[in-house]
Amino acid sequence: MDDRTRILHTGRDRDPHTGASSIPIYQLSTYAQEDPFELGAYEYGRGQNPTREALEHTIAVLEGGEEGFAFASGVAAISSTLLLFQPGDHLVVTRDVYGGTYRLLAGLFRRWGLRITFVDMSDLGAVEAAITTDTRALYVESPSNPTLKVTDLAAVASLAKARGLLALIDNTFMTPYLQRPIALGFDVVVHSATKFLGGHSDLIAGLAVARDGSLGRRLGGIQRAVGAILGPQDSWLVLRGIKTLAARMDAQQQTAEALALWLAGRPEVKTVYYPTLPGHPGRDVHLRQAKGGGAVVSFELADRDSARRFLEAARLPLLAVSLGGVESILSYPATMSHAAMPRQERLARGITDGLVRLSVGLESERDLREDLEQALATAR
Amino acid sequence: MRRAAHRDTILAQAGSRWDERTGSVTMPVYQTATFRHPALGRSTGFDYSRSGNPTRQVLEDTLARLDGGARGFAFSSGLAALDCLLHLLAPGDRILVTEDLYGGTFRLLERVYRPLGIEAVYADTSRVEEVERCWDDRVKALLVETPTNPLLKVADIRALSALARARGALTIVDNTRLERQERNALAVAEFLSRHPRVGRVHYPGLPSHRGAATLRSQASGFGAVVSFEVDDPALVPALLARVRVFLFAESLGGVESLITFPSAQTHADLDEGVRERLGITDRLLRLSLGVEHVDDLVEDLDQALAA
Repeated sequence: MDDRTRILHTGRDRDPHTGASSIPIYQLSTYAQEDPFELGAYEYGRGQNPTREALEHTIAVLEGGEEGFAFASGVAAISSTLLLFQPGDHLVVTRDVYGGTYRLLAGLFRRWGLRITFVDMSDLGAVEAAITTDTRALYVESPSNPTLKVTDLAAVASLAKARGLLALIDNTFMTPYLQRPIALGFDVVVHSATKFLGGHSDLIAGLAVARDGSLGRRLGGIQRAVGAILGPQDSWLVLRGIKTLAARMDAQQQTAEALALWLAGRPEVKTVYYPTLPGHPGRDVHLRQAKGGGAVVSFELADRDSARRFLEAARLPLLAVSLGGVESILSYPATMSHAAMPRQERLARGITDGLVRLSVGLESERDLREDLEQALATAR
Repeated sequence: MRRAAHRDTILAQAGSRWDERTGSVTMPVYQTATFRHPALGRSTGFDYSRSGNPTRQVLEDTLARLDGGARGFAFSSGLAALDCLLHLLAPGDRILVTEDLYGGTFRLLERVYRPLGIEAVYADTSRVEEVERCWDDRVKALLVETPTNPLLKVADIRALSALARARGALTIVDNTRLERQERNALAVAEFLSRHPRVGRVHYPGLPSHRGAATLRSQASGFGAVVSFEVDDPALVPALLARVRVFLFAESLGGVESLITFPSAQTHADLDEGVRERLGITDRLLRLSLGVEHVDDLVEDLDQALAA
């Protein structure tokens, strides 16, 4: 089945009682029981909710995993996944990790005894050198945020398998429409569903998918025990967003590609980061493992002052954190998505004071280009 | 200084003056992920809904006012709220906890936090001297449920928080009880305590309850949860099958009355031996009283107990 079709027909997105074409929003906390010793499959809303389950089933099918789980935010999905590990365990994590994940790892989980080494995941030798006897998992983002660095996913997954480690990936930038890491050997996929999956900047949500049932049972136990679940209204909205995922991704990616090429030819722009742009060091690897470059383009202007002038002059994109919505969003990673990272760490990752990130929406390419053009003119 | 508003007033007007632009007297639902910045380096105070959302903030501020605290926080579940509080502790710390606690809290402490190096020590928090006896230097927080679930034991919050403060520890109270339906609860508790097939009835509003005086000094009511024991475990499934007004379901605090079988539902995660010792037996049932007419509730229990 073509991905565009599968997105709309995952099997659990309609009401089994009435045939309603959309799953009802089960706004409830508890379920009436028949038998005190044989409780029904539905017991309490934190543990089970049909609307949330429809979403969990959908993301599991789309990612090609056994079980899916929905959480109150992407960070909640990641923190619940990290609870799979014990104090003393060691993780090798991509150096270009999302600022919120960095804060979670370097702040909270390091305090709980998890040990972390950040490495450049495009350098497999470095990854291998970082693995110790206590290492339990490799954690990847590809393309990374915000510099769109590409990691060879099949190579990382096979390294993990050879060393008996779990391979974890944050697939937020690509979505399962463009990239399916489980088919490349990954064990757990996490998402901020706030972004392209939800797609409308109108909710906060996170998802996790486990490749196999035993890992799924452990993640499900954590979800139920910690309780950072997604409510039924937001579950329904994510499901609704997913229905147009393919159409949105196709259109937004097409505009992003065109804008990336155009930006690369502009004198005000020092560097353009976009995975399928000719000259991008990870281009071939990316095209092998994903269907396109996605809808996020980052680019570097001369300095902080040029970035400020540019961001203030742009009229169409919203100046805001987040990405993946139908409206274009411009962000300034140094003070927004990566504010949690110390300055020297940030600069070492190429997140300079001149770097801006553009999440391309569904506006017309021409309107966006004209707006960026006038804003760049003020940044000279 | 103006005195603080009464609880009823705070409740009635939560969010009623938030929307300056339209004057809407109810709080708008801000169904948004992110907020536009007026300029680089400037913020409206709201940047991203995970960190702050106006609708959630009004709920959080209202809770803080109701509880007389400095700040409130809203979470996706009660356990997620508790999980966040437990992150205030560090590996090696101990937390002293009410022994007949909610099963979900027990699971969180034992399955998630014990492996992370937090040791929960369980005590009868309705006895201050026992709490004092269990205390050592590693205890950094005291987590109290009062009245407890499902046995409705009452802890002396004033005495316990003074004890914890003197030792530099946090006091956390799970305050998930409400007062609205307590008239129904008292009538049902009185009916049950006279019924020939009912043994112990746990409700702090009954004069015979050990914690009645303490609760009267620290709460404005007795709550809407009543637990009771029937004389024979075989009566439990029959009774649960016969109730018509009560819903047989897990949870509490709703407008509809619920009946729960704690040993198989809310407290199934506790070891059987622990359950028996605490009194969460295979004859114990828990009621959460709703707002139905009291006669219907009493009649329903009467006919169900005749099973």
